[in-house]
Amino acid sequence: MRLSPELQATASSTAVAARPVLPLRGTGLTVRRGGRTLLDRVDIAVEPGPLTVIMGPNGAGKSLLLRVLATLIRPDQGFVTWAETLPDRARAPRLGFVFQKPVMLRRSAVENVRYALKVAGVPRAERDRRAAEALAMAGLEHLAAAPARVLSGGEQQRLAIARALATRPEVLLLDEPTANLDPGATQAIEAQVKAAHAAGTTVVFVTHDIGQARRLANEVVFVHRGRIAERTPAHRFFTEPSSEAAAAFIEGRLMP
Amino acid sequence: MQDFGAAFGAAFRLVITLDPDLVEIVGLSLRVSLGAVLAAAVIGLPIGAGLAVARFPGRGVALVALNSLMGLPPVVVGLLVYLALSRAGPLGPLGLLYTPTAMVIAQMILVVPIVAAVSRQTVEDLKDEYDEQLRVLGVGPAGMVATLLWDARYSLLTALLAGFGRAVAEVGAVIIVGGNIAHVTRVMTTAIALETSKGDLALALGLGIILLALAIGVNAAVMGIRRTAGHAAFA
Repeated sequence: MRLSPELQATASSTAVAARPVLPLRGTGLTVRRGGRTLLDRVDIAVEPGPLTVIMGPNGAGKSLLLRVLATLIRPDQGFVTWAETLPDRARAPRLGFVFQKPVMLRRSAVENVRYALKVAGVPRAERDRRAAEALAMAGLEHLAAAPARVLSGGEQQRLAIARALATRPEVLLLDEPTANLDPGATQAIEAQVKAAHAAGTTVVFVTHDIGQARRLANEVVFVHRGRIAERTPAHRFFTEPSSEAAAAFIEGRLMP
Repeated sequence: MQDFGAAFGAAFRLVITLDPDLVEIVGLSLRVSLGAVLAAAVIGLPIGAGLAVARFPGRGVALVALNSLMGLPPVVVGLLVYLALSRAGPLGPLGLLYTPTAMVIAQMILVVPIVAAVSRQTVEDLKDEYDEQLRVLGVGPAGMVATLLWDARYSLLTALLAGFGRAVAEVGAVIIVGGNIAHVTRVMTTAIALETSKGDLALALGLGIILLALAIGVNAAVMGIRRTAGHAAFA
């Protein structure tokens, strides 16, 4: 049976959409490196909906936790499931990931997005339109033909987020995406992430910047020394954190 | 030394007047060596990229072996190809001995390790940068190899250039499997060897000058391409 291009497109989109990744669940996650325990029996579930901020001091294990959930790093103990099944590569496009330092392919901005769409199995006929949409939402349409690697740091990160969102992921994981950016670029990234969340994408955002966490979070997961010290709705977290470690972090005290 | 000066004069005359023999020899040299590099690229680039991406037991040994193969003596390769292609050899019925095809095969074998080893290094450097990004996009091993080769294409020109340099300059392999037959398998290096031993220094020197000019020209062209690509930030 031959399907028209539109039908094929719908069929393939629904085929991918039919296989969710949420909830992301980590059970007993433990990672050791060089004799140190970097993640210590962490249990975490990312359910559809909120904008979750993972906070904690440097070296607490925030980024590591995010990488383990995305299956970039295999835990020494414990396991990760996506939608209660073992993760598989075919579902990777349903999970967007943005790195602290954006990785730009040696191609134009629009080709970077088209590449992600191609890997996700989006039919050729649809890629141009969706890549253009993704760039427009990131405010980068005027840079579509520019080589991605000559864009500014802020533009590169916006492009990285647009590329991650182009495949319409259920969940977007961001690992300190604004750590190297100035306030203007940071504001643009935060607006982009908020818009994606408002459009229905579940977001997990790692940061150690309290101001940023206040601006973004629906809920806060506080990670300290490889463990989750607490998980609290944002409105409570900043005024009455339940863990000593988080209280100290918010007050700016140095923790032993 | 008079001979030497006269030889230079004669050499330049041959080059400037585009002596038919000279043109024929240079043409065959280029056909054979470019063919060998092309074939070596088809085989060597995927091997190099595969070794850069794959992790398997014995990989270290494979890399040492590959790097050692870069130093294969051309005469040994020539001898092995000769044995394979000779009447009694396993590929004898193909009747390829003393043909340009045999020369392409021999030079290809010399060039494959260079292309594979240099591209392995190039691709592995790029992989360090791309690996996590490609994995979160859901790219599999084959897709990763293809993407790395494509995005490293300007850097990989260096690998092909090194291979071309080796192919066009070697004499040991082509003289054994080609036989240096005039108008059939005579290339620049075999002609230089022959003319020198015959005492016809003019032709030998003329060919030598062209060989040098070719090497410089090819290098300059590749550098030009890479510089342009660098400006466009694609390399």
